[in-house]
Amino acid sequence: MKTLDGPNFWRSLEEYAETPEFSEMLGREFPRHASEWDGDEDGVSRRRFLELSGASLALAGLTACVKQPREGLVPYVKQPEDVVPGRPLFFATGFTLSGYATGILVESNTGRPTKVEGNPEHPASLGATDVFAQASILSIYDPDRSQTITKLGQIRTWPAFAEELQARVKTSRALFGDGFRVLTPTVTSPTLAAKLRELLGVLPKARWHQWEPAGRDAARAGARLAFGQPADVRYDFANADVVVSLDADPFTFGPGSLAYARAFARRRRDAATGGAAPPRYYAIESTPSASSTLADHRIPLKPSELHAAAAALLSAVSGAAVSGNAAPDARYPWVAACAKDLKAHAGRALVIPGEHAPAEVHALAHLLNEALSSFGVTVFATDPVESEPVDQLASLSALVADMKAGKVDTLLVLGGNPAFDAPSDLGFVEALQRVTFRARVGLYDDETSQYCQWHVNETHELEAWGDARAFDGTVTILQPLIEPLYGGKSALEVLAAAIGQPAAKGLDLVRAHWQKQHPDGFDAFFRKSLHDGFVAGSALPPKSLQAKGTVPAPPAVPRTGIPGDLEIVFRPDPGLFDGRFANNGWLQEVPKPLTKLTWDNAAHLSAGTAKGLGVKNEDFVRLKVGGATLDAPVWILPSQPDGVVTLHLGHGRTRAGRVGNGTGVNAYRLRAAAGLWTAAASAEKTAGRYEFATSQQHFNMEGRHLVRTATFEEYRRDPEFAHRVEEVPKISMYPGFKYDQHAWGLSVNLSSCTGCNACVVACQAENNIPTVGKDQVRRGREMHWIRIDRYYEGSPENPAAHNQPVMCMHCEQAPCELVCPVGATTHSEEGINEMTYNRCIGTRYCSNNCPYKVRRFNFLDYNKDKHLPVLTLLANPNVTVRQRGVMEKCNYCIQRVNRARMDAEKENRRVRDGEVLTACQQVCPTEALVFGDLNDKTSKVAKLKAEQLDYGMLVELNTRPRTTYLAKLTNPNKDL
Amino acid sequence: MSAEADRPPVIAPGYSPATVTDKISAVVLRKTPKWWFVGFAISFIALQLLLISMVKLLILGVGIWGINIPVGWGFAIVNFVWWIGIGHAGTLISAILLLLRQTWRTSINRFAEAMTLFAVAAAAQFVLFHTGRQWLAVYWLFPYPNTMGVWPQFRSPLMWDVFAVSTYATISAIFWFVGLFPDLATLRDRSKHWFGKVAYGMLAMGWRGSARHWHNYEVASLLLAGLATPLVVSVHSVVSFDFAVGILPGWHSTIFPPYFVAGAIYSGFAMVMTLSIPLRKVFGLEDFITMRHLQNMAKIMLATGLIVAYGYGIELFMAWYSGNGFETYMMKNRIFGPYGWIWFLLILCNILTPQLLWLRRVRSSVLGLFFISIIVNVGMWLERFVIIVTSLHRDFLPSSWDMFTPTRWDWAFFVGSLGLFFSLMFLFIRFLPVISIFEMRTIAKGDDPASADTKDMGAVP
Amino acid sequence: MSQIFNRSTNAIARISIWGAVFILAGVGWAASILNRSAYNTNQGVTVMQPVPFGHEHHVSGLGLDCRYCHASVEKSANAGIPPTATCMNCHKLIWNESPMLEPVRESFRTGKPLNWRKVYDLPDFVYFDHSIHVAKGVGCVSCHGRIDRMRLTAQYPSLQMEWCIACHRNPEKFLRPKDKIFDLAWTPQDQETLGRELAKENHLRSTIALTNCSTCHR
Repeated sequence: MKTLDGPNFWRSLEEYAETPEFSEMLGREFPRHASEWDGDEDGVSRRRFLELSGASLALAGLTACVKQPREGLVPYVKQPEDVVPGRPLFFATGFTLSGYATGILVESNTGRPTKVEGNPEHPASLGATDVFAQASILSIYDPDRSQTITKLGQIRTWPAFAEELQARVKTSRALFGDGFRVLTPTVTSPTLAAKLRELLGVLPKARWHQWEPAGRDAARAGARLAFGQPADVRYDFANADVVVSLDADPFTFGPGSLAYARAFARRRRDAATGGAAPPRYYAIESTPSASSTLADHRIPLKPSELHAAAAALLSAVSGAAVSGNAAPDARYPWVAACAKDLKAHAGRALVIPGEHAPAEVHALAHLLNEALSSFGVTVFATDPVESEPVDQLASLSALVADMKAGKVDTLLVLGGNPAFDAPSDLGFVEALQRVTFRARVGLYDDETSQYCQWHVNETHELEAWGDARAFDGTVTILQPLIEPLYGGKSALEVLAAAIGQPAAKGLDLVRAHWQKQHPDGFDAFFRKSLHDGFVAGSALPPKSLQAKGTVPAPPAVPRTGIPGDLEIVFRPDPGLFDGRFANNGWLQEVPKPLTKLTWDNAAHLSAGTAKGLGVKNEDFVRLKVGGATLDAPVWILPSQPDGVVTLHLGHGRTRAGRVGNGTGVNAYRLRAAAGLWTAAASAEKTAGRYEFATSQQHFNMEGRHLVRTATFEEYRRDPEFAHRVEEVPKISMYPGFKYDQHAWGLSVNLSSCTGCNACVVACQAENNIPTVGKDQVRRGREMHWIRIDRYYEGSPENPAAHNQPVMCMHCEQAPCELVCPVGATTHSEEGINEMTYNRCIGTRYCSNNCPYKVRRFNFLDYNKDKHLPVLTLLANPNVTVRQRGVMEKCNYCIQRVNRARMDAEKENRRVRDGEVLTACQQVCPTEALVFGDLNDKTSKVAKLKAEQLDYGMLVELNTRPRTTYLAKLTNPNKDL
Repeated sequence: MSAEADRPPVIAPGYSPATVTDKISAVVLRKTPKWWFVGFAISFIALQLLLISMVKLLILGVGIWGINIPVGWGFAIVNFVWWIGIGHAGTLISAILLLLRQTWRTSINRFAEAMTLFAVAAAAQFVLFHTGRQWLAVYWLFPYPNTMGVWPQFRSPLMWDVFAVSTYATISAIFWFVGLFPDLATLRDRSKHWFGKVAYGMLAMGWRGSARHWHNYEVASLLLAGLATPLVVSVHSVVSFDFAVGILPGWHSTIFPPYFVAGAIYSGFAMVMTLSIPLRKVFGLEDFITMRHLQNMAKIMLATGLIVAYGYGIELFMAWYSGNGFETYMMKNRIFGPYGWIWFLLILCNILTPQLLWLRRVRSSVLGLFFISIIVNVGMWLERFVIIVTSLHRDFLPSSWDMFTPTRWDWAFFVGSLGLFFSLMFLFIRFLPVISIFEMRTIAKGDDPASADTKDMGAVP
Repeated sequence: MSQIFNRSTNAIARISIWGAVFILAGVGWAASILNRSAYNTNQGVTVMQPVPFGHEHHVSGLGLDCRYCHASVEKSANAGIPPTATCMNCHKLIWNESPMLEPVRESFRTGKPLNWRKVYDLPDFVYFDHSIHVAKGVGCVSCHGRIDRMRLTAQYPSLQMEWCIACHRNPEKFLRPKDKIFDLAWTPQDQETLGRELAKENHLRSTIALTNCSTCHR
C-alpha cells in the first residue's frame, strides 16, 4: 500500500485512470478489486466509478482509527469583494437542452458550483428545473470528460489545432468554401448563429448542417403545412379549460414543459381550493407518458391511428370532412364526447400535438385550435425560436450524401454525437471516413470523436460564455461558474478560431455580438442581463397566423405481414435523453417515471402483446425494423397500446465513459430515417433472460388507503372523503411535544405531481446522496431520500396511475426514535426528526420500525468516489458525507432551515414564510411540495394542511406524520 | 408413583462414590482419543471461516450480507436469537431444577451450563457484528460518562438487550465456574502430569473440600441459582421485546415474551439432547446419562413444544380476530407468500414431528430422540427466520416490498458460529469433567442408587 | 496427598478475585484520562506556523480589533483568515525588511497563498457558526481564551463534545454584553443575573433547542 499515501497518489490516479497499467495496478494493489472472495455479493462491480477509487476503502480502513492529520488553512491572497468565506454565491445563467435554454441560478461555494436552482424570473423556469438541469452539475466534474485536444489519439495544443483549422479555411477559400461543412445540433444561440453566418460569409459555398436526434422536424413541417410558413407555437395552460394531447408529453418533455406544468397544476389547485372550474386533460397516446398520470382520460392508440383519430376529432369539431373521414370514426367512440367537450369550451380549449407525432398531426392540431379559436388565448404562434430552422433529417441526409460522393473535404462537428445517434440507415460513420479533415468539438471523447482525426475537448456549459433562447424566444446569457476544470474550448471559440481569431475569448465574442444589438448603454444592459439571467423583453411577440388548408394523410406505416407484427415507438430516455447524459450516474440511477427502471432501457410491451409473443418480464425479444435487428429485454407496461413496442433512446453507449458504457440496449440501431419516431417492426421471443434493477416491485395498493383520489364532483359532494377510510387513534403513552418556536411541516399535492423526478435528483445534489449502481439497486439498496411511489388503479389494460412522492414523514410519534439504542435519530424542538450520522452505529432497527421505509442505509462505502478530488468539489459543504454503516434519510433540508433561522436570529426576527425552501420544493415544476412553519397560521403550508383534502398516510398507526398529502382530484368527462 | 417401577433409574446400579469419580475423571485424564482430534479439527476450520468473514465484514461493511431496505435484519439476528435461545436450557437445568431439587439434573447440568456459555458466546458475535460501525458499537452501547457528554437511549430494546445478555453471560459463567471448583480439585489431585496439577490447581482456587468450603459452596450455588432463575425468564423476554416493541405486523404482539421463553427452552433442551446422546456414547457414560434423563428431557421438549404451538395458534387467531388488515395480510403472506414454504417447513419441524414424543416407543429410542432433537433445532432456526424476514419483507407500503436473499457470507457467518460453539465444546469435553463428579457422588451413595433418586422422581413433569 | 501449592498461594487466589475488580476499574479510569489528555485533544498545544504570528503583539501590543483580520466573524460561519493583502496593508511599511515576514511578502509577490495550519480543527460532521455565537453574546474569550496573551496560538479548550455541550446546556454562564464580545479582558460582576437577562434580550433558544443534534450536526 505504499503507493497510497495522500494526494499525489490521487493525482496520479487521475492521470492513469485510463491506462491498462493502471487497472492492472488496481488489480494488484487493492483487495476489493482482485480478491475472489467478494464475487458478486459486494456488487460494487457494476460501478466503474467505484472500481477506480476502490483504493479509498483501504485508506478509509486505515484512517478510521488513527488520529486525524492536522488540516491546512489557505486564505486568499487578495480577497474578492463579494466573497464572504462560508457563504455561497448565486449566479444566473442558463441550461440548454437540444438548444433551448432554461434559466437557472447556480450556487457556488468558494468558487465551486455545487447546486442548480431554477431562476424564478425566467419564463422557462419560473424557479423550477427539470431533472437534466439538476444533474448537469455532476457532469461538470465528471472525470471521464475528455481533458485534452488530440489528433489521432496524440495530445496536441490549441494553437496547433487553430493553425491547422485556419489552414483548411484558407485553402477552401480558394474554392469559395466548397466542400467545407459544419455540423451542429439545434442552434438558438444568437452569437453562435452570427459566428456561423460570418463563417459562411467568408466561405460562401460552405454549408451548415444541423442534426438533433430528438429534434423537432415534425413540428416545423407541421407548422409549414398549417400556416404555410415556418412558425413555432407556445401554449398558455392558464386559459385552457379543456386540453387534448395528441401523443404529447407537455408537462415533462420539451422546452416549455416547466412553464406548462406549473400553469396546469395551478389551474387544478385553484379548482380544488378555490372552487374555480377544474381543467380537463385528455391524453391520447401511443405510449404512456409521465404527463398522462395527471390525465382525466387516457386513451391508448397505435401511432398509425393517431392521424385518423385527430382527423376524426377535427371533423367532429368543425363538422367538415377531413382527409376522407366524413362520419365520426367508429373506431374512436370517445371522439364524439371529446369533441363535444371541446366545442363547449371553444375559445378556452387547447389541442397539443406531440413533439414526435407526424407533421400531419401537428397540422391537424393547428387546424383544431383554429376551429376552436384558441389562437391568441391558449395558443400563440410566433416566429421560429431556432436561429436556422431547417428540416434536420434532410440536412443530415444531404451531408451524408455529399460525404459519400466525396464532395466534403472538411467537416467541423460542433457538439452532438452523430456517429451514435444518426439514423442507422444513413451510414453516417462510413461516409464520415471519406472526409479528409474531420474535427470534432465535444465534452467526451465519444463515438463520434473516435472517427475524427481531431478531437477538441469542449467546455461544459457552466464553464463557458455563450447565449441561448428559451421556448418563448427569451435570450439568456450563459456565464461560466468556474474556470474550465479540464481546459477546453467552447464551440463559439472554435468557430472564432476558424475565422482567424484563435485567441478570442468567449466573453469578448458574446459581448461583441450584443454590443452590436445594444450599442447605447451596453455595459448597463449587459450587467443587467447577466444579473437577471435573461435579456429583458427578448421574448418573441405572438404573430397572428391562420391555420388553414386540408391535411394529407401521412404515409401509412407499411405492415410487415409476419406474425409478431408490431409498431415500434422511439422516445428519448427519461434519464439519458438522447444519450448525452449516459455518463451521469444520477440520471442513470433515477428510477424512470412509470416503469421505475434504473440503469437500463427496455422493450416496453402491453400485457396482451407480451402474452401474444409468449414473453414475460426480463425475457428477450428480437426486434426487426427493416433490415436491422436488436435483442431487447422486455418490461411490461400497463396502458401501453396493444401491438406497440416502446424503446427509449440513449442507452447502449460504447464510449460514454466508465458509468455509461454498456447500460441497456442501443435503440438507435433500429432507428431509420424513414421511421424516426415510429416504424413497423416485428418481434419474436429469443433465448436468454435479463436482470432489471427497479426501485419498486409492487404496484398494487393492496386495498390500503395510501393514495386517496376522487373526482371533483365527488369531492364537492363529500369534501371529507379523504378522512372516511380509517379512524385515527387519539391517545398515546408518551407525552406530546410542545413547539413554541417553529413547527416545520411539508404538504404534498397529489393532484399536481407528474413524477418527473426533478425532486429526486435535486435532493441527491443538495444532500450529497451517493449513487450505488445497478447491482445494489437490484438488492434493494437505492439511496434516494425522496422516492416517487407509483401505484396503478383500475383495469390492468388501461389503469389510472398515481404518483406519490414519499420522503421522511417526520412523525410526531416516530417509531424510529425510540428504538435507536444510541439516540442517533431524535425529535427536535421544531418537530424535525433528526438523523445524526456521526452518532449512528447502524443497527438498522429504525429502518425496520419505519412504516414508510424512507430510511436509507450505507451498506457499503458508497461514497468512495467522493475521494476523487474532482468529485469532492461537487459536495455540498453544509451536509456531512456519510460513512459506510450509517443510516440516513430526509431531514427537511435541515442545513437550509438552520441557515435561515440563524440569519433571522441575527436580525432578531422570525423566519419568514417561504424563506426556507427545501431542495425538492424549490425544484418542483408543479409546486406540488410546500414546506413551511405550521405554527405560523398564515403560512402557505399551514393553510394547505387546513384543507379538507389534507390527509396523513398510515395515520392509523398513530405516527402523526408531519408530511401530509392533498388527495388527488380528477375531472373526468361524464359522457366517457 | 405407580409408574415408578418401570422407570429407568438416573444412575445405573452398582456405583459407589469412588467408582463414579474414577469413571468420570478418567474421561479427562486419559489419553486424547482420535475422534476428538477429527471433531475438533472440523469445528476449528469452521471457526476460521467465521474469523475470515469477520475480517471481510470489517473491511467492506454489512453490505456483504443479503440484507437491504426493507429487510434490515437477516441471518445475523436470526442466528443471534437462535443461539441465545439455545443458551437457556443450561440455566434452566442448573438453576431452576436445582431449586426444585431435581436430582436427575446432576448428570447433565455441567455440560448444559457449558453449552449455555458457548451459545451465548456465539450469540454475542452477532450482537456486535450486525451493526454498521462495529468499532463504535463496541463502546457506545454502554452507559458511562464519556467525552461526548451523552448517554445511550434507554428506551430502546436493543439497549435492554445489551444489559440482559451481558448479565446473563456473567452470571452463567460464574455459576459454572463455581460449580467446577470441587471437580477441578479432584482433577488436580488425580492428574499425573505436573502441568495438569498446576493448571487444575490454579483453577481450583485452593479448594480443599473442608467443611467450611462445602458450606460456602452450598450457599454460593444457592444464591447464584436464585440470581440465575429470573434470568431464564428475563433474557429471552427482553430479546423478544426487540420485536414486540416494534410496530411491524408480525412483531408487534404481546404474546412474544412467554412464547419466546418457551421456544428458547424448547430449543435449549433439543440442543442438550443433540449433544448428550453422542457424548454418553463415546465416553461410555450411558450409566450416568441414562434413558431416564433422555425421557425427562423429551417430556420437557414436548411440553414447551406445545406452548410454542399454542403461540403459533394465537398468532393465527389474532390475525383474524384483530380484523386489522395489515395483520391479516402479514399472516397470509407468511403462509402463502414467497417464503410460505419456510413456514410449512417450520410447522413440520416444530409442531408435527415432536408429537411423536407422545409415544413411549419413540421416547425410549435413543436414535429417534437424537433425530427429533436435531429437527427441532432446525425448526427453531426457521421460526426466527419467519418472524424476522417474512415480517420485514412486506410491511405497510407495497411500494417498498422486497425480497431477502442470503449471500454466501450470510451462510459463512452461520457455519462459523457453529464452528465457534463446537470448538469450545470440544475443548470443554476434553479438559473438564462433562459430568459433575461430586454431585454424582451424592446420588451414588451406597449400593442402591434407586433409594437415592426415587424420592425425587415424583416431581418430574 | 502431595501439596503442589504452598499455603501462601491461597492469599494470591483471594487477592486475584478482588484484584480483578480494581484492575478493571483502573484500566477504565486510565482510558478516560488518556482520552481527555492533550495528547488526544491537542488542548494547549501550540502549532508552528509558516510565519510566527503573535496574537499577543498584534492585539495587546498594537490593539488591533479582532475583526480587522477576522472580518467575516459577524457575517459567516467562518471567522475568516486574513488574505495576505491584509497583512501587507501594514507590513508594506513596517518590518518590510524583516526576514521573518519573507513568506508573507513572497505570497504577496507570487500570489501563492500562505499555508497556515489549522489550530481549532473540528471534525467534519460538526458545523460551528461564528456569526450566530457572536450575535448571541458569546465572546471570543469563551472559546479562544486570552489569545491576546498568546505569543503563538494554541488551542484553548479541549473541543470535546462535553465541552461544547456544557455551554449549550447553560449558556447564561458565558453570555456577555454585545460591546464586550471582542473584549478579552472584561470579566462580569454577577454573571448569573447578567447571563439570564442577556439570554432573554438576545432571544436565546431553549436549552433543549440548543442541545438538539441538528444544532451542530447535519
